[in-house]
Amino acid sequence: MAILVVAEHDNQNIKDATHKTVTAALAMGSDVDVLVAGKGVKDVAAEAAKISGVRKVLACDHVSLKKQLAEAMQEVIVPLMDGYDAVLAPDTTTGKNFMPRIAAKLDVMQISSISGVEGADTFVRPIYAGNAMATVKSSDAKKVVTVRPTSFDAAGEDGSASVETIADPSGDIKSEFVSEELSKSDRPELTAAKIVISGGRGMGSGENFAIIEKVADKLGAAVGASRAAVDAGFVPNDYQVGQTGKVVAPELYIAVGISGAIQHLAGMKDSKIIVAINKDEDAPIFQVADYGWVADLFNAVPELEAELAKAGY
Amino acid sequence: MKVLVPVKRVLDYNVKVRVKSDQSGVDLANVKMSMNPFDEISVEQAVRMQEAGTATETVVVSIGPDKAQETIRTALAMGMDRGIHVKTDEEVEPLAVAKILQAIVGEENPELVILGKQAIDDDSNQTGQMLGALLDWPQATFANTVEKDGNKLTVAREIDGGLQTIKVDLPAVITTDLRLNEPRYASLPNIMKAKRKEIAAKTPDDYGVDISPRLATLKVEEPAGRSAGVKVEDAAELVAKLKTEGVI
Ligand SMILES: Cc1cc2nc3c(=O)[nH]c(=O)nc-3n(C[C@H](O)[C@H](O)[C@H](O)COP(=O)(O)OP(=O)(O)OC[C@H]3O[C@@H](n4cnc5c(N)ncnc54)[C@H](O)[C@@H]3O)c2cc1C
Ligand SMILES: Nc1ncnc2c1ncn2[C@@H]1O[C@H](COP(=O)(O)O)[C@@H](O)[C@H]1O
Repeated sequence: MAILVVAEHDNQNIKDATHKTVTAALAMGSDVDVLVAGKGVKDVAAEAAKISGVRKVLACDHVSLKKQLAEAMQEVIVPLMDGYDAVLAPDTTTGKNFMPRIAAKLDVMQISSISGVEGADTFVRPIYAGNAMATVKSSDAKKVVTVRPTSFDAAGEDGSASVETIADPSGDIKSEFVSEELSKSDRPELTAAKIVISGGRGMGSGENFAIIEKVADKLGAAVGASRAAVDAGFVPNDYQVGQTGKVVAPELYIAVGISGAIQHLAGMKDSKIIVAINKDEDAPIFQVADYGWVADLFNAVPELEAELAKAGY
Repeated sequence: MKVLVPVKRVLDYNVKVRVKSDQSGVDLANVKMSMNPFDEISVEQAVRMQEAGTATETVVVSIGPDKAQETIRTALAMGMDRGIHVKTDEEVEPLAVAKILQAIVGEENPELVILGKQAIDDDSNQTGQMLGALLDWPQATFANTVEKDGNKLTVAREIDGGLQTIKVDLPAVITTDLRLNEPRYASLPNIMKAKRKEIAAKTPDDYGVDISPRLATLKVEEPAGRSAGVKVEDAAELVAKLKTEGVI
């Protein structure tokens, strides 16, 4: 079967989520092409061509694709689907935005946020905030699938696929990009970081996140948050980890002043090692933590930083 | 501007999910059900637009069993004008929901449809985008703020990197994110008033939509569990453990 993977990128660099989606695609079949749709994507297409197992890269370069808004993506992808049996994209906010439009146009049911591939038409996906895992089989002729990147290893980079330029999207587009306010940070991206340290309502204020950031800088970690911390305005929305925020699965996840509601656990319980710092010894977060530290975070976090400094971090 | 708000009745977000022992699904017998939290945010948005004079009429629709009427009543008690109940005891997948909504849009001619970004039971995050495609309308998903200017909407969207603002032509579909607003509680007088508001009774057949599922659920299992580990006393002990684990 022929499978199209839609690359995640920012017109400059390809995102690791693409490599992980390619792995999911290769579990379904061997003819995997990657679509790079954007503006000024020559370099991204070259990077995509290096992904191991990729047959061919399709590049579509057009101003309407600069932000990969849903309607423009639909215009590019739907016509391509005559030649493919399946289309996959990472379940980032970009993929989540355009993929269901493709599914509706093809009259198929999308399979969202898969965590496993059992065969070309059978997938595992978390439902109810990851409290249940459903195995579903699609009877649709074509499969439209979004992939949870944290559940798949990244494909390697020893490929040398050809790059083919495809026609510009046509059609009347009724939405336009106005502006973007992106969080700037020198720290790694939440979903790609090996270590994540997150703060919750217990942090008390945005300023107090500074103590977490100091630890993050020592460990090269990304900083995340619970919904309560975002709702309270301590940190921006893109910090939110959970069922309706980002899903992360780092080597190490440190939860500080977070109670451990199921909606939060949904976004981090696949982390390899979980550490919880909370002053309430009955907090549910301790039920999933490998290492629990019952303490006031305002003492514990600076102590942790000092200890890391002592150890040479 | 007429506004249509689709709402889904789901397992309450506070209820502990139990997977049935025969792996056929999640146990929904005798558990508390509520309006999908994102749909409460959509209802609140519609009611606020009406209060601000931007919306002229607000219509709520739910597709589901008899009890879905309770969810419609909740939206009416929050201030929406009237309801449409599309009755079915089958589970309806997002694609079929979107097709029913497309037919309702054809009859009602709203200029705006506000859906939740995701239903917290199936976690699909699809229906709004599918409806947008079926209608050939633009969409603004994961809305954090919504403003109407003329025949366009300016919407700030919660995206992975931060916030993105786009402008869409009306008619349009929007899906709501958590921080768009804080939904109100219905007051007792409004709950009483809602009892007299009209709810039209419909079925998927009335709209000529085939709701047979495209996905067969082969099994539903408990996720791999995690168990509580050990407690540490101080930073030195924690750092030592993390070094042994090889994660720092
Ligand atoms: C539709 C929906 C979607 C949701 N999606 C998400 C999501 O994606 N992500 C998410 O995180 N939540 C989500 N939630 C919210 C979730 O239900 C919880 O409300 C939220 O996770 C709680 O955040 P918290 O743990 O920071 O706050 P709380 O539950 O208030 O916990 C604060 C913790 O801090 C501890 N603490 C306080 N002070 C100190 C101190 N000085 N030292 C040490 N510990 C201290 C307390 O003991 C407590 O355990 C969602 C909810 C709904 C309804
Ligand atoms: N059965 C239903 N009845 C009415 N609206 C629904 C139904 N199912 C889904 N929706 C709407 O679609 C949104 C997204 O659902 P989903 O795509 O299933 O995650 C929900 O927040 C509702 O607004």
